[in-house]
Amino acid sequence: MLKTIAAAMLISAAAIVAAHAEGGGKVTIVTSFSKDVTDPFKASFEAANPGYTLDVQNKSTSSGVKYVDETKGNNQTDLFWASAPDAFDSLKSRKLLTRFTPSVTGLPDKVGSYPVNDPDGFYFGFAASGYGIMSNDRYLEANNIPKPSEWGDLTKPEYYDHVAIAAPSRSGTTHLTIETILQGEGWDKGWGTLKGIGGNLQQVTERSFGVPDAVNSGQTGIGIVIDFFAFSAQASGFPVSFAYPSVTTVVPANIGIVANAPNQKGAEAFVNYLLSEKGQTVLLEPTIRRLPINPALYEKAPEGFPNPFKDPRFQSMITFDADVSKKRTDVVDTLFDQLISFQLDKLKGATKAVHAAEQALAKSDNAEARGLLEEARSLIAAMPITAEQAASQEVRDAFTGGDQKTARQAELEQQWAAFATEKYAGAQSKAEAALALID
Amino acid sequence: MAFAAAIPINRISAKPGQIAAVALIALFLAIFLVIPAGTVIYTAFTEKGTGALTIVNFQDFFRTRLFQQSFFNSVYVSAMSVVWGTLIALPLAVLTTRFEFRGSLLIQTLGFIPLIMPPFVGAVAMQLLFGRNGTVNLLLNDWLGFRIPFMEGLNGVIFVQSLHYFPFILINLSTSLRNIDRSMEEAAQNLGSSGFRLFRRIVFPLAMPGYLAGASLVFVKVFDDLATPLLLNVKDMLAPQAYLRVTSVGLTDPMGYVISVILIVVSIFAMWLSAVAMRGKDYSTVQRGGGGLSKRPLRRGEAVLAYGVVGLILLLVLSPHIGLLLLSLATVWSFSPLPDGFTVAHYTRVFGESSLYIKNTLIYASLAGLIDVIVGGAIAYLVLRTKVIGRRWLDWAATAALAIPGVVLGIGYLRTFYGISLPDGTPLATLWVMVVMALAIRRLPYALRACYAALQQVSQSLEEAAENLGATKQRTIRRIVLPLMTGGLLAGFVTSFSTAAVELSATLMLIQSNSDAPIAYGLYVFMQSPAGRGPGAALGVIAVIMVAACTLLSHYVVERRQKTLGMNK
Repeated sequence: MLKTIAAAMLISAAAIVAAHAEGGGKVTIVTSFSKDVTDPFKASFEAANPGYTLDVQNKSTSSGVKYVDETKGNNQTDLFWASAPDAFDSLKSRKLLTRFTPSVTGLPDKVGSYPVNDPDGFYFGFAASGYGIMSNDRYLEANNIPKPSEWGDLTKPEYYDHVAIAAPSRSGTTHLTIETILQGEGWDKGWGTLKGIGGNLQQVTERSFGVPDAVNSGQTGIGIVIDFFAFSAQASGFPVSFAYPSVTTVVPANIGIVANAPNQKGAEAFVNYLLSEKGQTVLLEPTIRRLPINPALYEKAPEGFPNPFKDPRFQSMITFDADVSKKRTDVVDTLFDQLISFQLDKLKGATKAVHAAEQALAKSDNAEARGLLEEARSLIAAMPITAEQAASQEVRDAFTGGDQKTARQAELEQQWAAFATEKYAGAQSKAEAALALID
Repeated sequence: MAFAAAIPINRISAKPGQIAAVALIALFLAIFLVIPAGTVIYTAFTEKGTGALTIVNFQDFFRTRLFQQSFFNSVYVSAMSVVWGTLIALPLAVLTTRFEFRGSLLIQTLGFIPLIMPPFVGAVAMQLLFGRNGTVNLLLNDWLGFRIPFMEGLNGVIFVQSLHYFPFILINLSTSLRNIDRSMEEAAQNLGSSGFRLFRRIVFPLAMPGYLAGASLVFVKVFDDLATPLLLNVKDMLAPQAYLRVTSVGLTDPMGYVISVILIVVSIFAMWLSAVAMRGKDYSTVQRGGGGLSKRPLRRGEAVLAYGVVGLILLLVLSPHIGLLLLSLATVWSFSPLPDGFTVAHYTRVFGESSLYIKNTLIYASLAGLIDVIVGGAIAYLVLRTKVIGRRWLDWAATAALAIPGVVLGIGYLRTFYGISLPDGTPLATLWVMVVMALAIRRLPYALRACYAALQQVSQSLEEAAENLGATKQRTIRRIVLPLMTGGLLAGFVTSFSTAAVELSATLMLIQSNSDAPIAYGLYVFMQSPAGRGPGAALGVIAVIMVAACTLLSHYVVERRQKTLGMNK
């Protein structure tokens, strides 16, 4: 009896050792991707790599980062898998990722003008995503408004109260969109465009998926989103369209191996699988519809699927400077919150007054009114700080708590909010005065 | 009521058993609430960068215009939600408890369902019905050419919150009404009072403990709720401001935690205020009539009116769930009053997995509910019946749980329990029991208020009589206090259970594998993609039906119990 038990234990122990030697076991992955994305990958990965099971833990990107950080003392997570490059940057700077060289070779170094992989080998792009404008066809038709195709379109009066965006402080992907506009058009002009769009916003959502959700259900007509949200919605039958504006950028969605991964081999196997042709093919599934990083795959793509490696529009996209973006991330997000998200009613009030005056002016010209309107526009566009100040050490330290700060974050926020309130109120009264002159 | 102003509490010195109970509960609250939350909220009192202790963050809070505005908005929305919640709950409670009303059991259950609003899908369903381009507004616009902004701005928040949280008032008020001694009402009738005057002067005041318990819960819950304002994209309220700051990537902004502290202080203050309102009054009645107040049959005209009112209210408060059902059966639903087509495919998709989710949810939520009733009942007893030092602190600490954002508690649990390893090397925080504890702590205030109200209605003279007859303290509690509190305890359990069943924010941090996941988590992983909306809604419907069935069952048990009690007399 005792012998049998001992023998059984020996055999099972040997089996466990053997399993470890060839690799296998549970691979734990923390991801922000939905079940529609993770399920096909899990099935395909497990079929291609017998012995492995993929354990998916779904968390929003920000709580995923917090989770990996809080649990680093006794880490149980093998992989981190999400869209926003800034989340990976944040993990990397906290030394929560480990370096790795995937065995898959022959993949491009750049997509558009953005490097596919982390230069230090901590995380790898597995799919490309571009940002653009998604719209609900039924909504546009019912409201009799044309399909927008450029950021500038969204500042026009006909889109007043029809646009949604996720707050860049909440959505890493929206942050990149904002930063792309700022880099493409320059600080002052870029903020002018953003505030022009801001004046037309119907809602600022607190999570990325809130925007495509609102457009899909027709609560709002137009949303600023990442491309695959629109493609997968189209594949599910929703009446939506998508356009890439000319000032946009394509950035990679990433995967990285967490430092001290309990199953390092399994983690490596998944990264290699994800970058292999088999893994890349899964990206084309109707519920996923992301742009593969392997250019060869586009031959299998459905009709009309964009190809960032071939399409000329992607080649002319701007160069995204990640260093510039990184230096001012917190400042840009907070400015957007304080000048647009939290001031939405006042900004919309001023914008509406400007639109009304413009319309009246188009019918009967009046020089004095035109001057007032110009003043109103420049009041809306005014910025509390310049691009140089935004990247300065004093302002950055206010956000990180460094020694060179001249004010605390809360004080800066209050200053910026007060600045916006005053300017928007001024703009509204100037525009109303202009309208009164014309009448 | 209040014939003797406050029967003096006669046990000044604490018994060893009571001290032990206080110590035990204090330990429980310390380990699972104060320490984990403290590890996170501590940031509020530190200077960013250096980590030195400071109160400058609080000065910043009061100097910032946005926070002042948010504070005012939160108070306004909470107060208005109490008013509207009362207007919805009062007719339902009175009609079902005071009149012979067919289907009152069903109404009590249905009136309770709004509390079970599954995360995300509930929001989508509400938008599809009441949003700017929801069913109602699309039809209004087609026929009459205007829209009603149900879901916009602060009024939208008040609208959704009243629909969502009025059951707190309904449950506690109904329980109180059932517990009123019939002889009080009869005495008043003998003295010539009747109709509305009878209700206003006798019945409603006697039901005050239940009403106040419900109303204060609604106030505090709305004050601390972040899901609804965020769903409506209202950001200038305190709870969403705290959440937005606590959960941003990479930022360590102390203001989020400062707001959490403010939320906790205001919540405790509101509870303290409702306790003050009750001070010096005695709401207990000695006798227990079978089934409480006498039920009067309705005249024909009254019946038509009553059923009409109840039907309208139910239609309104259940509309999110009707929307949810439609969504779970819809193919594509976009900018149209009704879905393009119907299908059961979403149910078949979730069928395989849902049994696991249901099992986990039932285990977690019922354990959490049980813990809440035991701890809540014990705290209520200690506060109302003893003079042990520190009893009020237990009450306040437990109440503070309302104001702690789930994500803060989740992070706190990871910080406190992740370092502790089990013998096999896995961290303590990964055990599913921790999810139960988090749920129990988050829902403890609900059960506590219900237990509190139930005990306030039990006359102390009954216990004294039992003790005079030689019963020991334990025996008195077991044979007298507990049976008389059953209704309230059950109300507490049901509230804790059903809201725990759809809780997500703390769970999202703590769930370690799909096999441990409750239904709310299953919902979450579906609701991140366009194709997942239908299956998510299907899971939501399953969750609502499951919780409603459990509620109906427990109502049925209580009703039967009260009937048998009544017959024995």
